Amino acid sequence: MSRIEAEVGKPQGGIMQWIDERFPWTETMKYHITEYYAAKNFNFWYVFGVLAMLVLVIQLVTGIFLTMNYKPSALDAFASVEYIMRDVEWGWLIRYMHSTGASFFFIVVYLHMFRAMLYGSYKKPRELVWLIGMIIFFVLMAEAFAGYLLPWGQMSYWGAQVIISLFGAIPGIGEAIVELIRGDYSISDITLNRFFALHVVVLPLALISLVLVHIVALHQVGSLNPDGIEIKEQKGPDGIPLDGIAFHPYYTTKDLVAIIIFMMAFSGVMFFAPDMGGYFLEHANYEPANLTATPEHISPVWYFTPFYAILRAVPDKLWGATMMAVAVILPVFLPWLDRSRVKSIRYRGWIYKFALTCFAISFVVLGWLGTKPPDTLYTIAARIFSAVYFAFFLLMPYYTTIDKTKPVPDRVVYHG
Amino acid sequence: MHEEDVDRIDRNRRHFLTVATAVTGVVGIGLASIPFLSSLKPSARAQALGAPVEVPIGTMEPGEMLRVLWRGKLVFILRRTEEMLRRLPENLNRLKDPTSAIIEQQPDYAANATRSVNPEFLVVIGSCTHLGCAPLEDFEVRPSDNWNGGFFCPCHGSKFDLAGRVYKGVPAPSNLRIPPHRFVRDDLLLIGLHTGEA
Repeated sequence: MSRIEAEVGKPQGGIMQWIDERFPWTETMKYHITEYYAAKNFNFWYVFGVLAMLVLVIQLVTGIFLTMNYKPSALDAFASVEYIMRDVEWGWLIRYMHSTGASFFFIVVYLHMFRAMLYGSYKKPRELVWLIGMIIFFVLMAEAFAGYLLPWGQMSYWGAQVIISLFGAIPGIGEAIVELIRGDYSISDITLNRFFALHVVVLPLALISLVLVHIVALHQVGSLNPDGIEIKEQKGPDGIPLDGIAFHPYYTTKDLVAIIIFMMAFSGVMFFAPDMGGYFLEHANYEPANLTATPEHISPVWYFTPFYAILRAVPDKLWGATMMAVAVILPVFLPWLDRSRVKSIRYRGWIYKFALTCFAISFVVLGWLGTKPPDTLYTIAARIFSAVYFAFFLLMPYYTTIDKTKPVPDRVVYHG
Repeated sequence: MHEEDVDRIDRNRRHFLTVATAVTGVVGIGLASIPFLSSLKPSARAQALGAPVEVPIGTMEPGEMLRVLWRGKLVFILRRTEEMLRRLPENLNRLKDPTSAIIEQQPDYAANATRSVNPEFLVVIGSCTHLGCAPLEDFEVRPSDNWNGGFFCPCHGSKFDLAGRVYKGVPAPSNLRIPPHRFVRDDLLLIGLHTGEA
């Protein structure tokens, strides 16, 4: 037996060895993929991270092809989108894939975040993973907002008008900030041009980098699991966690099933209901921006409506904007608001289960209210559910302390 | 490095140089960022396009409203009827700022009971002071609703009277803004230049 053959697992000469001496290819693949051990009991909630990456790729690819025909100018933008839809070969498919992708991005990311709340993924030692994830969420919101102006439809224009005006609520410097965002005295060609730059260069670059950082941070501490157990604490003689299986090939194949099911849902929407009854593509946006008339019912796209409902629930400009900003930022503090000794909802008491249920319901109802006109009854409902939303976070240090928890097993278990 | 060399290191001096380099670097980056940030401000062209606009108002009937764009902003020009003007004082105790006390919302010459230079003509920016939607006109008087005619914002329900003054209990914090304007002649309005300014 030669010496080279004896060194099992090391690059066996040839091109791979040449590369590995110059770039840690094999080492990186092992660390992040073939010898990255995740708990064997992942359930369906654990597919949304991979799906979010898939949607990111879809958005990047379709986005690049859209820029090849889109014109970021107030005179041409609306017509160039129509041109993509009617005259560019397969242009309609690329554009619908991009617009459907935007909504699916938020569906997947909201479920991904809810998973973290179910199983305590944000708790020590994964605080940084959570914080980086929250920054990704903020960048994603900015990315979606900037992208929504680009078709220069009625809702693009007036939606941007409302959101940018929010910054005007900041005392003293508000007006100056608004002018700096718009680059003009009103939303104009100049604003559209810079939003294009943000949407296709600045924010995507930030998203890609942050996603990489998110994954590196996750792989440093390791993925959690539905039992909220640290699998690294129970290792076999080979140093591999007893409950761990390699990401590849086990989870890559499992995720492939999720990807296929996801793409079926995605295609269903894209081909048969690309505007989703006005929720994914708002009807008012089929009209070019008209600077002299606001659409009768103005509401943001569905993924912003929960926060929009909170904004409208407050009958004061500055406080409304503040409450909305607080609502968006509050989840950042989850790792420190949650004082429970256990991570997973499986071993928490009824109080947390009840609180999380109330939170989920209030988030969905607020989202629905945000699409409705601001009449009295809806406003009262929005106030009640906003109160539930804030109470979930602000009372958390208290109710997670008194909540009775169950003992957590040493090893992961399967529940049916 | 020999031991005696290590002893001769002046750590204070090293610390000073490190801090001085860092501070110089930060100041340099700060100064270098000025051109980039300034490029985000309204450009010379945007400022030029913000030039005053002339509006012929000679043919306007009482009760008629014009919508014009100035600096990309919607401006309402309403020729108020006698009755509209007569009803203005009736709203006073239902308004947030009946005396136009918030000075940024109008030039001095429009900080009066009718918020105008010429009481007949209301010149107001058609952008709700809440979040910038364009209010709709609702000039019909409905005593049952306590409504003397005015503007209604479809986005979040803010209400303004026919002098652009905001009602209490709505999200808009202040009266509709009045742009700089002057009457060049009786039949010609100039938006963008103040009354009495050269």
